[in-house]
Amino acid sequence: MKKVWVNEEWCLGCHLCEYNCAYANSGITDMVKALKGKKINPRIRIEESDSINFAVQCRHCDDPICVKSCISGALSQNDGLITIDQSKCVGCFTCVMACPYGCIMPSDDGPMQKCELCTKNGTEPLCVKGCPNNAIVFEER
Amino acid sequence: MNYVIIGNSTAAVGCIEGIRKVDTKGNITVISDEPHHTYGRPLISYMLLGKTDEEHMKYRPDDFYEKNNVKTILGKKAVKIDKESKSVEIDDGSVVEYDKLLVATGSRPFVPPMAGLDSVEKVFNFMTLDDAHSLEKAIDSDCKVLVIGAGLIGLKCVEGIVDKVKSVQVVDLANRILPSILDEKGSALVQSFLEKEKGIEFTLNDSVAEFKNNTATLKSGKTINFDVLVVAVGVRPNTELISEIGGDVQRGIVVTSKSETSLEDIYAAGDCTVSHNIATDEDQIIAILPNAYLQGEAAGVNMAGGDKSFDNPVPMNAIGFFDYHIITAGAYVGDTYVAGDGQNYKCLFTSDGVLKGFIVIGDVAKAGIYTALVRNKTPLSEVDFELIKDNPQLMAMAKSYRDEKLGGTL
Repeated sequence: MKKVWVNEEWCLGCHLCEYNCAYANSGITDMVKALKGKKINPRIRIEESDSINFAVQCRHCDDPICVKSCISGALSQNDGLITIDQSKCVGCFTCVMACPYGCIMPSDDGPMQKCELCTKNGTEPLCVKGCPNNAIVFEER
Repeated sequence: MNYVIIGNSTAAVGCIEGIRKVDTKGNITVISDEPHHTYGRPLISYMLLGKTDEEHMKYRPDDFYEKNNVKTILGKKAVKIDKESKSVEIDDGSVVEYDKLLVATGSRPFVPPMAGLDSVEKVFNFMTLDDAHSLEKAIDSDCKVLVIGAGLIGLKCVEGIVDKVKSVQVVDLANRILPSILDEKGSALVQSFLEKEKGIEFTLNDSVAEFKNNTATLKSGKTINFDVLVVAVGVRPNTELISEIGGDVQRGIVVTSKSETSLEDIYAAGDCTVSHNIATDEDQIIAILPNAYLQGEAAGVNMAGGDKSFDNPVPMNAIGFFDYHIITAGAYVGDTYVAGDGQNYKCLFTSDGVLKGFIVIGDVAKAGIYTALVRNKTPLSEVDFELIKDNPQLMAMAKSYRDEKLGGTL
């Protein structure tokens, strides 16, 4: 399965992927309207230090402990892709307890959110498309 | 191949999904005394809270049994296993034969002997969907509720009902709340939150000496009047099907990391079993949902002729009250690193060069990174502990780990 990969040697820590993620998942077509004056809550997050930066989002694990720990069946995996049915999620935080990468977090509306590789947004992952240094790529490995 | 599963909750679903990874054809039969489609058992408090409903509580989609070619016998109880004829007797007198059997019978509420309990008209447990429905029908806005037990089940029940009733009092023999997952500081913090936010009254270090109709007299002499009583003192594993045919039971059913019992072709998984806690190196019942799934899944794969071990069980819990969240895992032994303020609390426990366990309250973001260190027994020599103790982050991991997991240079 194609996944999003980050090369930390190239990541500038510019946070554009976070903005593109927030835009892609906003459901709003106008990027300015989607983001202006809003505190973004992206599913991809930059970790940064003085010398290293990298973006982190759901790794779509082969043996997903989040899916196996989910108390409601809201998280599921199909053909490698892990998605969340927010109508079933009660916000119990078990997935936050389980995810080894810290990649599941509460949405602004309550239920959890996670990277679904933009499959619900009708696009290739926007974090990748907008990365100015090609540090994030979407490919099979 | 005939697979039979006694139980229809998390371990059973894990088993079905495990079997189907290996064997897409064999017959699977599920027997359960609960008459419902499989549901997320811990969701019952969220249902009372209005965060979900019966439809959304389904643990797997409506077509789950059909898609996995599973025959269900629901609302009927498996009463006996005959290991000679390899069959299960059901309470309607019918018999189901198996080649491989999973016992995923869970646990039942433990109700200690309490004088005068018979005189109480409205008494409830809080384990099943039916329990939750019964409790919901019995309460209203004028109702005073007494909950015996300040553990995980008791307090999630409290969260579910406190806004629907006049008052909630909680009594526990222990000297603090949630003693199975919190240390003293954590217990005090959460107790104070529940008292201040919701006016819940706790009476600790105390227990009921006698009930007389709607009054409980405690050992201390204190009396509490109530309309509805919830007993959430603890649970007992349902092990009888195995113990009565000579299988090894030590409090819970003893299983290997492949979920095998001591009896041929009989497996067990979930809250009815004993697991080997890798954080303490001790055998104990780890009655948590992820454990049930992982044991069930391993059982299913092995029943179908595959090879799967679940060899790193640790207790781990995520629990919250009114958006105040708690995540804990592992064992609370060794050196501690403590941080926090009046709202947030963190305690990390290190010993033998690994993170043995942790408690985080309030800010629980990315706590799974800590959980992974506990579950994987990651040597702290490979981790920048100074960095990770403040905030869980992958920056603190070895570059080789990041490169493998996140990408790196091709």
